[in-house]
Amino acid sequence: MSAAIEVRGLRRVFRGRNGLFGAERVVRAVDGIGFSLAAGDVLGIVGESGCGKSTLGRVIMGLLPPSEGEVLVDGKRLDTLDRRARARLIQPVFQDPFSSLNPRQTIEQIVGLPLAAQGDVSGRQRRERVMEMLSRVGLSPEMAQRLPAQLSGGQRQRVAIARALVLRPRIVVCDEPTSALDVSVQAQILNLLAELRHELGLTYLFISHNLAVVEHIATEVAVMYLGRFVEQAPVDDLFRTPRHPYTRALLASVLTPEPGRGIPDVGLGEAYPDPANIPPGCRFHPRCPIAEARCRTESPEGRRPNGRLVECLLVGDDVAADSLRVPA
Amino acid sequence: MNAVLEVANLRVAFANGTQAVRGVSLKVERGETHCLVGESGCGKSVSSLAVMNLLARGATRSADVLRFHDTDLMKLSERHMAALRGDKLAMIFQEPMTSLNPAYTIGSQMAEALTRHRRVSRAKALDRAAELLGRVGITAPGMRLAQYPHQLSGGLRQRVMIAMALMCDPELLIADEPTTALDVTVQAQILRLLQSLQRELGLALLLITHDLGIVARMAQRVSVMYAGEVVESASAEALFAQPTHPYTRGLLACIPIPGASRRDEPLGSIPGVVPRIGPDFQGCGFRDRCAHAAPICAQVAPLQHAAPGHDYLCRLPPDWSAAEAA
Repeated sequence: MSAAIEVRGLRRVFRGRNGLFGAERVVRAVDGIGFSLAAGDVLGIVGESGCGKSTLGRVIMGLLPPSEGEVLVDGKRLDTLDRRARARLIQPVFQDPFSSLNPRQTIEQIVGLPLAAQGDVSGRQRRERVMEMLSRVGLSPEMAQRLPAQLSGGQRQRVAIARALVLRPRIVVCDEPTSALDVSVQAQILNLLAELRHELGLTYLFISHNLAVVEHIATEVAVMYLGRFVEQAPVDDLFRTPRHPYTRALLASVLTPEPGRGIPDVGLGEAYPDPANIPPGCRFHPRCPIAEARCRTESPEGRRPNGRLVECLLVGDDVAADSLRVPA
Repeated sequence: MNAVLEVANLRVAFANGTQAVRGVSLKVERGETHCLVGESGCGKSVSSLAVMNLLARGATRSADVLRFHDTDLMKLSERHMAALRGDKLAMIFQEPMTSLNPAYTIGSQMAEALTRHRRVSRAKALDRAAELLGRVGITAPGMRLAQYPHQLSGGLRQRVMIAMALMCDPELLIADEPTTALDVTVQAQILRLLQSLQRELGLALLLITHDLGIVARMAQRVSVMYAGEVVESASAEALFAQPTHPYTRGLLACIPIPGASRRDEPLGSIPGVVPRIGPDFQGCGFRDRCAHAAPICAQVAPLQHAAPGHDYLCRLPPDWSAAEAA
């Protein structure tokens, strides 16, 4: 099966200064990422704030030009397409349904805008497709004439999803789509996204800091740290046998609702990652509980012990040996 | 032994008539973590602000009991309340960036927290600040004291907030979503810190959160709030083992649990949205979203006991869910 989306050698660098005469700051937000994803799959991208996951999403969608690398959807390079053609292939759903919808437009206008921008659909057809999409995402027809301010957070996120899907794109990039919502509403939106994926054969990139949510919706998971995927695997493998020490720490810090288990000691210390100052060798070594001397100089980039991407020098082909090395 | 904080029938109404808090009762004992959990708009933060008498202008509060040890907080003048606030009764807010003053160093803000309430020199206060920064796991505290808030990461700022709250040896600490703005790994560090400080100092901790994972791992007692009311109150074990109010049960079904929830099945969800509680609203606030609602739910719901120390606010009998499953 050919890939629905393929990303090759993607980098994005930001340059800035600390004040007018300050030293130049070079932030390598996305620092060499490649993956391919089959149609109908969901790649969950997890990482902490500042790891570059949102920048990655924006570069993939073409909202930011890459410094290096390319993105292909259905084998077509996105940077060779104009905006209209790109919009038919890839669409976003953002975190904040309060700022991502124009407050002065009706829901019908908001959801219809991508169709209007394509310019090849009559007014009547557009209306029909908007109404069909609204019912698909669980909004009643009378919502069409309302303004975003008259809707709840969950309803607004449904509008954002309807707008993303009205052109029937191949890929939907969801950047923290449920983080601004209450848990009861979050569950509604996750169920809706899962349902739509099956019905419409969609492929998602699902960016989130919430591992429990990613575990629920993703088929494949990539763990991002300072601009790189440090581990990537099918969802069950990653959650059952996390191999990178950072993945292990992240999984350990998920607080499941199980009383009596206490608060885990994640053992990461105080060295917070700074994307303007990426450490040499393994970029995770200052926080790593098992780092050795060679981790400070030798780069683990591109390592695939046992066929799984795990950018750690200390993870070998023997899975059983990992569990001895890293206290879970 | 008396509770450190005792609240009975606390009510708060806003100037526009919204009933934000509709009869909240709870107790926090010495050395205990009591979690107040609920979704946005349920009244959990307003309840804590009402305790501290920090409500916005136009909001009114009333209570049958609002007591800190033996002090009746309802009768306390603002001057006496201000003396208590930040002293024996301390609070940490969600956003450590906006609750620190960007124009003053960490040291001067921390020292002021002490010199405001005690007759100590600034030098002594700075010593105490450095000691507490070390206590909350900040390395090189002397250097940090001279820094400004923007020079610190979010996790460090929240540690500073905790250290500042401890300057006067509080007996009650109210923490409102103290880790919500932080990454999960930092959250775990901060919560561990709160837990160990609390054990060491015998603090009473009222922890406000929307995160049931935090509740399960931190709380001895839990009060679940919905639409201004405590709908269920129990020990943490009892609440998670036998959630009784339909809202609590619905909320627990909504959370995906790695390894436990089935991925090919939809998550549980609660239909509808939180109602607006106007001045004339009466009865159960959850009835519009509840699958078990009946006409009687428009009247004030009865407080029932599921077990000793486990109360819930609903017309249904304690064993309703078991009876339904059978």
